[in-house]
Amino acid sequence: MKDILTIADKKFSSRLFIGTGKFSAPRLMKEAVEASGSELATVALKRVNPGEAEEDIHAVLRSTGIGLLPNTSGVRTAEEAVFAARMAQEALETHWIKLEIHPDPKYLLPDPVETLKAAEILVREGFVVMPYIHADPVLCKRLEEVGAQCVMPLGAPIGSNKGLKTLDFLEIIIEQSTVPVIVDAGIGSPSHAAAAMEAGADAVLINTAIAVSGDPVAMAGAFAGAVDAGRTAFRASLAPVRQYAEASSPLTSFLHKF
Amino acid sequence: MSAIPYSTQHQVSFSPHGREGLFYDIFRKHSWQQAEASIRDKTTGDVLRALDREKRTLEDFKALISPAAKPYLEEMAQRSRAITLRRFGKVIQMYAPMYLSNECQNICTYCGFSLTNKIPRRTLTDDEILKEAAFLKGKGYDHILLVTGEANRTVGVSYLKNAIRLIRPYFSNISIEVQPLDTGEYRELMAEGLYAVLVYQETYHEECYKIHHPKGKKSNFRYRLHTPDRLGEAGIHKIGLGALFGLEDWRTDSFFTALHLEYLRKKYWKTRYSISFPRLRPHSGGLEPKVVMTDTDLAQLIFAYRLLDEDVELSLSTRESPEFRDNIVRLGINSISAESKTNPGGYVVDPQSLEQFEISDERSTGTIAAMIREQGYDVVWKDWEKGFRFGV
Repeated sequence: MKDILTIADKKFSSRLFIGTGKFSAPRLMKEAVEASGSELATVALKRVNPGEAEEDIHAVLRSTGIGLLPNTSGVRTAEEAVFAARMAQEALETHWIKLEIHPDPKYLLPDPVETLKAAEILVREGFVVMPYIHADPVLCKRLEEVGAQCVMPLGAPIGSNKGLKTLDFLEIIIEQSTVPVIVDAGIGSPSHAAAAMEAGADAVLINTAIAVSGDPVAMAGAFAGAVDAGRTAFRASLAPVRQYAEASSPLTSFLHKF
Repeated sequence: MSAIPYSTQHQVSFSPHGREGLFYDIFRKHSWQQAEASIRDKTTGDVLRALDREKRTLEDFKALISPAAKPYLEEMAQRSRAITLRRFGKVIQMYAPMYLSNECQNICTYCGFSLTNKIPRRTLTDDEILKEAAFLKGKGYDHILLVTGEANRTVGVSYLKNAIRLIRPYFSNISIEVQPLDTGEYRELMAEGLYAVLVYQETYHEECYKIHHPKGKKSNFRYRLHTPDRLGEAGIHKIGLGALFGLEDWRTDSFFTALHLEYLRKKYWKTRYSISFPRLRPHSGGLEPKVVMTDTDLAQLIFAYRLLDEDVELSLSTRESPEFRDNIVRLGINSISAESKTNPGGYVVDPQSLEQFEISDERSTGTIAAMIREQGYDVVWKDWEKGFRFGV
């Protein structure tokens, strides 16, 4: 059976989503996107410059045929996010939006209150809303209730490459969620991505770990392999980890006498 | 049992009510002389500890800018580069300054626009502003920095408002480097599309500040010192800090700049911050630097800032030499200007007028962009959306 991920009206055979910032050149970004096999790439609306056809990040991505997911990076409130989403819809001709509201410009940590508010409005306006949030299980349920088509909890602070620091909460989110769970930030190596997929995440989104690596194209391929391996392992159901060794003289052998 | 030893030295502390104290309350707890001596006395051990830490304090910053850190520039450069790559990626943002006026009511001992300098004064008209803007737009710039002297009657808030309104259709990101304003005035300009304000303290040496600024509104040290507080109150997106190197000991001034940065970050947490590194340059009526800052010193300072603060934007102007700029661009810098003119109308309207200071790197925008790409970095022209704040 083919392992297909469905979000709203779209089907994905790759569970690796890719971010397009921080690359040293548009050409390299394009090659990495292609090597990743990804079918969805995020693009910051604030970086899109329709006038500059050749250099523009948007134009370069368009040429790959990949699905585009504009993000609202830079906004600080729900009001600004709604405005940005409408702008993105016009500029990139898509009703998909990655909702990012981080009033703190240093760690880019998402504002849960504003995110929930914006998600509610945007869903009502017909957007496919993919919210970037803390690994907060309750917030994920609230977003689900207002109609977000997936949730995108962070694994660690964005850009930190620290891996799945929030794993305990991610596991609760995965257990409870009725929409796809995409681990969004902090994944720094293919082994982290594999671990997220083994834990049952539906997909991962990677940017810094690919863009800033020594060889972004090779690293994109490495992530693709890791995501596949992790997903296959999850579907095959991992053998249980044994917490205790079995004693050579069982503790309950005396019970046989009775 | 002894009391738990702890030191509040250099810690930014606030009253329980949070917002009432301004930076001067923190600033006055630090003596210039003590800070200077403490930097001078840092040891190799202090430097090594600072290098090894993951989160660095202001004491670590002092060690990293101290003479004791000079043998460790390579280690600092490696770390600075790695941190910058992880946080910002392989990108450099381009911006251009646009001087609107050289009228000024201040006397500043080091500045070409100083009131008593006998130079022709000029303030650009609407038509001239648009001509200069069209030139910079044609070069590819999308982030623009408007610069003026301090002449509140001719170049006050209404002039600035008008200038921003005129150029806003052409640029995504507009910053200013003008006279300090009040909170409400900043809000008015933000409503027109202002993104950032750069305001350098020049020197944090309160007594020497008075000597360098004997006349004009700028002579009020504390009003200038509290400008970032007013900007933070106004909710501006970005505040640019800096000291003018050459006036006083650059190390001590940098320590106070870092203290200022740390205070602002905690208090105005939604704002981002940038640091610039102006050094005294030759100009009409020139002041010789009292304390020379070498290129090596400047590199050390850039690395130290990056090691202290992973997120702060470090900006490099055309004051620096081509060779220095080519090499430092990969080691911690985030934004850079090119072929800047520091005279009003300097691009097309009146290229012959007198500059505020001479620039050092005169290469064209295209040459600088090509240099950045050759270093393996993407040149970013646009990284803001002018609709973000005002569209709804």
